[in-house]
Amino acid sequence: MKCLFARFGVGVALALELLFFGILSPHFFTPDNLLNVSLQISITAIIAAGMTLVILTGGIDLSVGSLVAISGVLSTSVLRMDAPYTLALPIAVLAGAAIGMGSGFAAGVFVTRFRITPFIVTLALMTIWRGTAFVYTEGRPVWELPESFAFLGAGRVAGIPFPTIVMVIVFFVVHIVLTRTRFGRYVYAVGGNVEAARLAGIRTSRVLTVVYVISGGLAAVSGILLASRMNSGQPNAGLMYELDVIAAVVVGGTSLNGGRGTVVGTLIGSMLIGVLRNGLNLLDVESYVQQVVVGAVILTAVLLDRMRSS
Amino acid sequence: MIPLLEMREIVKQYPGVRALDGVTFELRAGEVHCLVGENGAGKSTLIKILAGALRSDAGTICINGAQVDIRTPSMAQSIGIGVIYQDPHLVPELDVAENIFLGHEPLVGASPFIDARRMHDEANSILARLGERIPTQTRSSDLTVAQRQIVEIARALSRKVKVLVFDEPTAPLTGRETENLFRLMGELRHQGVGIVYISHRLEEILRIADRITVLRDGRRVVSVDADGVTIPQLVRWMVGRELSEEYPVIDREVTKEVLRIEGLANARLRNIDLALHRGEILGVGGLVGAGRTELVRAIFGADAITAGHMLLRGKPYMPRDPADAIVQGLGLLTEDRNRLGLFLQLSIRENLSISSLLQYTRRGVIDADAERRRVAEFVDALRVRPPDSELRVDTLSGGNRQKVVLARWLAANSDVLIFDEPTVGIDVGVKYEIYVLMNELAKEGKAIMVVSSDLNELIGISDRIAVMCDGCIAGILPRSEATNGAVMTLATAFAAIEGAHA
Repeated sequence: MKCLFARFGVGVALALELLFFGILSPHFFTPDNLLNVSLQISITAIIAAGMTLVILTGGIDLSVGSLVAISGVLSTSVLRMDAPYTLALPIAVLAGAAIGMGSGFAAGVFVTRFRITPFIVTLALMTIWRGTAFVYTEGRPVWELPESFAFLGAGRVAGIPFPTIVMVIVFFVVHIVLTRTRFGRYVYAVGGNVEAARLAGIRTSRVLTVVYVISGGLAAVSGILLASRMNSGQPNAGLMYELDVIAAVVVGGTSLNGGRGTVVGTLIGSMLIGVLRNGLNLLDVESYVQQVVVGAVILTAVLLDRMRSS
Repeated sequence: MIPLLEMREIVKQYPGVRALDGVTFELRAGEVHCLVGENGAGKSTLIKILAGALRSDAGTICINGAQVDIRTPSMAQSIGIGVIYQDPHLVPELDVAENIFLGHEPLVGASPFIDARRMHDEANSILARLGERIPTQTRSSDLTVAQRQIVEIARALSRKVKVLVFDEPTAPLTGRETENLFRLMGELRHQGVGIVYISHRLEEILRIADRITVLRDGRRVVSVDADGVTIPQLVRWMVGRELSEEYPVIDREVTKEVLRIEGLANARLRNIDLALHRGEILGVGGLVGAGRTELVRAIFGADAITAGHMLLRGKPYMPRDPADAIVQGLGLLTEDRNRLGLFLQLSIRENLSISSLLQYTRRGVIDADAERRRVAEFVDALRVRPPDSELRVDTLSGGNRQKVVLARWLAANSDVLIFDEPTVGIDVGVKYEIYVLMNELAKEGKAIMVVSSDLNELIGISDRIAVMCDGCIAGILPRSEATNGAVMTLATAFAAIEGAHA
């Protein structure tokens, strides 16, 4: 058991969890339920992929939850404009992505040029975007969207939910970037030792900025998917998502000090938390009790990971 | 006579390696006992066990004949064991007195308030006992390394220390500071403190040791009186074989100029004129703080330059950042390998290839096979031990880490190599290997700059020595005129003038 854990880390915890719920609930291992779980975790998991990059550099991005709201609100507003859907949709998606990436770029500049810690910079952006989303919508959701917009968040391709497909693609790409590309290597180097990275010829400011741009961009992608799923742009969408996302990354074995971790771990971390929520629902566990259990599982998972690495 | 400290049959087992295999070590009150051995011989492990940072698997420790059980660093302190590290970590925002009394501050009666006046008075009297005058209100972030060590010694004394361990204290010190430290050690010894002294500098050891214990591969080779021991003898004990020469023979040709520096200046440098040639090893000497590291950092684009200009291979050269310097063929082996040179949690391969990834990437994607092949070539050529490029670099010894950093620049095709303190903390055997490598590289036509505080090393390997003092080049000595005295005279040139004015 200990040996297994040493090799596969949280993967073992996930397997145990699947086994546990599989035995207790007959509905758990049905294709419908598993696809449902994948749909439920997709929104935060996509953000977590970007957050993994940020945390690997030793930073943090607290603005992602608010970016979900502002990008959702902005892109749904574009859709309500008087334009043919085939034209409006790309513009809406681009607008959402632009605000996410733009915010990430701003965060990168503040972190690298003005040397303000990522925590403070993204904390400020978090409240700025949340506030902006409410001001812009006057606190009301953006309703009455074209019917076909619902496909992004609720549609299926060959039976698989569209957000799940997006999630799989995002994780595949980020995994390749981290393990196979120069940029990925630089992310680990910058997170491991930023001064040594600079002296080794890495343009560290550039690496850091790109990382925040990716995180912001992926938060926006999730924001658009979520708006589609709710069929409205909600200014309070994505509230506290940053915490769920950070939890998934950390449970997945990525060190908050930077330099160590994988995006595969993050996917497993997201699944661990998602499966737990789903399983507890199937077992009719009260939602307040669920919160307690989820918190306890996060602590246990991180503790086990700590024991494994030491 | 009962020894002050007796460590008997100490064993420490790590997975796959026995770091200490029944080592016995005795320390008498009022003696300086030097502990020598190559990296990995077990010195640090032994000291960590004594300091309570590690627990031994077997063996006993006695103080004045009474067995003690040291489980934590604070227990070690409370029974009178103190350790002075190379670069003591004081709390930067606290002043000298606060650092000395950290954890046992004198209080006003039984209140929780610190009796600041008494604390400063007592700090002053301890420093006076050491013959030192550091204002006790100075914030420790404003102290030099040497002063931090003194504060650390004072801290140990404030706890009535019996055994004081010095772990390579002189590596970051200037000649004068080293002399002062030795004077202090003499003082402590006089007061009956038992001193354990660890250093790679064998001349130093023969100068100050009363007794010497040599460790090799986790075992004690010998414990002897220092009288009559010679360096070759010591090296033989440490390495287990003869080492023929200390420095390689210089048989290379200095050819055309590669780098010319004119009037270079920044916050820490003034009016630097210097030239570097192919096939040359140019030494840079001077006291710590004279601006040597600042000079090489400026050349490498790591620090801003405010005036002057440089020519690299005849073309104007003004690097924006290190990345820019590297593209143009420079490589810097930084002073503090672990903090500034390496990514300790990454593998040898990742550390080695980090500055040359462009060579094996197409559209941003790394060709893993090409990278592996290239890395293996260098690991092989420089004889990195163990020769497994997938090992984490923090499992290597100091010398092998240095080889990895050197290989990084060779892989990046750098032809102007700058070494900042290349052999600090490196074993005698590997040191020679590094000198040979530098010699070979110069022979191949590379231009090499070496900053070193080790005068013998500087004189032993350089074609010329530029001596810095107070941010300036005080003079350049050709090989024929480079003696310890000549370098030191230049290194203290301006200090002497200032002294005369004062």
